[in-house]
Amino acid sequence: MRWLLLKDLRILRRSPLLVALLVIYPIAIALLIGFALSRGPGKPAIAIYNEIPASQRSFEVAGSRLNASEYLPALLRSVDVVRAASRADARRLVRDGKVLGAVILPPDITQKLATGREQPTIEVLYNGEDAVKQRYVASVIRARMAEANLALSHRFQQATVGYLRLLLEGGTLTILGREVNILGLENAHAITAGAIAALPLRSPLRTSLAPVAQFGRIAIENLGVSRDVLKSVGQPVRVRQVIVGGKRTPLDTFAAAISVTVSLMFLTLLLAAGLLALEREEHAFSRLVRGLVSRVGLLIEKISLAALCAFGVTLLMLLTLGGLFIELDWSRFPQWLLALALGAVAFAALGVAIGGLAREVRAASLLAFLLSLPIVFLALVPSGAVSDGLYDVVQVVSACFPFKATLQALDAALNGGGGLAAPLAHLALLAVAYTALARLAVGRRFG
Amino acid sequence: MPASVATQRATPAALAASGLTKRYAERVALREVSFSAAPGELVAVIGPNGAGKTTLLSILAGIQRPDAGEVTRPPREIGWVPQQPAVYSKLSVAENLRLFARLEKVADVEAVVARMLEQTGLAERADDELGKLSGGNRQRVNIAIGLLAEPPVLLLDEPSSSLDPRQRARLWEFIGGQTARGTAVIFSTHDVQEAERYADRVLVLADGELLFAGTARELAATVQPAGGEAAGPQDFETAFVRFLHGRGH
Repeated sequence: MRWLLLKDLRILRRSPLLVALLVIYPIAIALLIGFALSRGPGKPAIAIYNEIPASQRSFEVAGSRLNASEYLPALLRSVDVVRAASRADARRLVRDGKVLGAVILPPDITQKLATGREQPTIEVLYNGEDAVKQRYVASVIRARMAEANLALSHRFQQATVGYLRLLLEGGTLTILGREVNILGLENAHAITAGAIAALPLRSPLRTSLAPVAQFGRIAIENLGVSRDVLKSVGQPVRVRQVIVGGKRTPLDTFAAAISVTVSLMFLTLLLAAGLLALEREEHAFSRLVRGLVSRVGLLIEKISLAALCAFGVTLLMLLTLGGLFIELDWSRFPQWLLALALGAVAFAALGVAIGGLAREVRAASLLAFLLSLPIVFLALVPSGAVSDGLYDVVQVVSACFPFKATLQALDAALNGGGGLAAPLAHLALLAVAYTALARLAVGRRFG
Repeated sequence: MPASVATQRATPAALAASGLTKRYAERVALREVSFSAAPGELVAVIGPNGAGKTTLLSILAGIQRPDAGEVTRPPREIGWVPQQPAVYSKLSVAENLRLFARLEKVADVEAVVARMLEQTGLAERADDELGKLSGGNRQRVNIAIGLLAEPPVLLLDEPSSSLDPRQRARLWEFIGGQTARGTAVIFSTHDVQEAERYADRVLVLADGELLFAGTARELAATVQPAGGEAAGPQDFETAFVRFLHGRGH
């Protein structure tokens, strides 16, 4: 077996283009998947045209001065801003595809906010050229508008609570530069109560003032509660996030686990399937298995070589990711090795099963490639995305291939959550099953 | 029968097969085929397409197991040269020979490789990649690999099918050298003239059945038209076709 291993390594060394493709292609795909999972789309360009006159950009709400510009940053987070010179310019930028959307702040926005009687409207222009980005822009603008609205609502709420307090407790209010004393309900109630107490018991005025005193008491009680009610109106529902079961895996680490697993899968499958198919393509298979090496020995040699090469490449990839891009728990390094090694062996066993079924390297590579993508997609289908019955089927199908188990093992090894033993046992079982399948495939009638 | 063949037949067989039968589902590919080959004998297996020639050779080589019957030698003692060169095109001539010599566990790998390079006349191209050699040279390496362990029996499946006449002549010269050293050589071929010219004996297979085992001259004699010389001479190919027709094939 040693001589076959050396022979295969020599053949690989003399096929630099093939080796480069085998290494670069899966890593490129894995990185793309990793980026796609760990990041949203790139910042889309959005044009802004601010029609509010510079002198009117601040407005007064309940004695507090607010500036409309201070809410723009919240609106424009996650987008690249292009300042438009005019409304027509904003429209042109959108139409020409220079930006995906334009936000137009109308001139009367501060006035309407200040009076509070009419809801101001912000105009958004979209470019429908790219449906995905359009949806992203719409979603970003909606989310940012909600944040800006919430911030404004909070300021209005503070102002309203101030008015309520003034109404309840009394104080001074500045109107057109003049300070006006406000008596307040509590003081009014105290005065009314005092006046009633000073009146003779049988005075008809006492009977007339009694409903006023009662109104004052009820108003005081209810206005006291209304401050809390207002806070609830500003944010009716609060969210408390609790993760039930599973583990708290950071998205970037999970993306790294997926990237490495995808690389491991492509590299090992293509290498194992190709190496075994090459023996048939070169017509050497029959010569080898007629006494020079057993069929199982030949399979183990291919599995070992493919797994070893893929293990080395993906370990290097993981070390690079951990060293340069993401934070990994280096104390769990032995677990990384275990997960990578078992995953590589299971994928290599699947690879030789594919190589045993195909008689040519090209057919084996195509078969390996065609099988790989659905395996990845099925393994990444989240619960709830499909019906319960279909999800069960997806789970069973995924369990028949090493991708999901490798991902689980690598995720557990990298993040420490979940058990590592179960996915490793699963991978070992798959490796044995696929080796047996490959043995059946290479035992078919010769020629 | 040539005297040399008669002498060889008196010696113990280098290889004997008895009652070899092979079925693929309902189809019988070989039906109780028995024959033997003496040391130094060159035996040709001829027959129409689908006769079972490759099946017979692959059973003798140990690549397939027969459903019935047996072969006197284990596969490790038999050299096997498949129809298509079973060599690695990315390795050089010497690397191919060295690899298979190691897998064959020969005692002195480098000495055996040097000897085979000399015998095949490829010593000067020892470091050339197989993929860059001509079909004839690849076939020479293919045969040399079959001979690395100096087996007493060599099996060749249509060894000359992809060679031009000059390469073919060199091939038979090379094989002649092996039989002269006492190696029994059994080869299959579609070229009946080649079988007549080089083989000591021919085995005629049709539909998995061994119809004839003997010299080419004996085969021709079985279909000699009535009247003998009066009917005029006939070539071996015509005799072979008549023989098959006479047996209903």
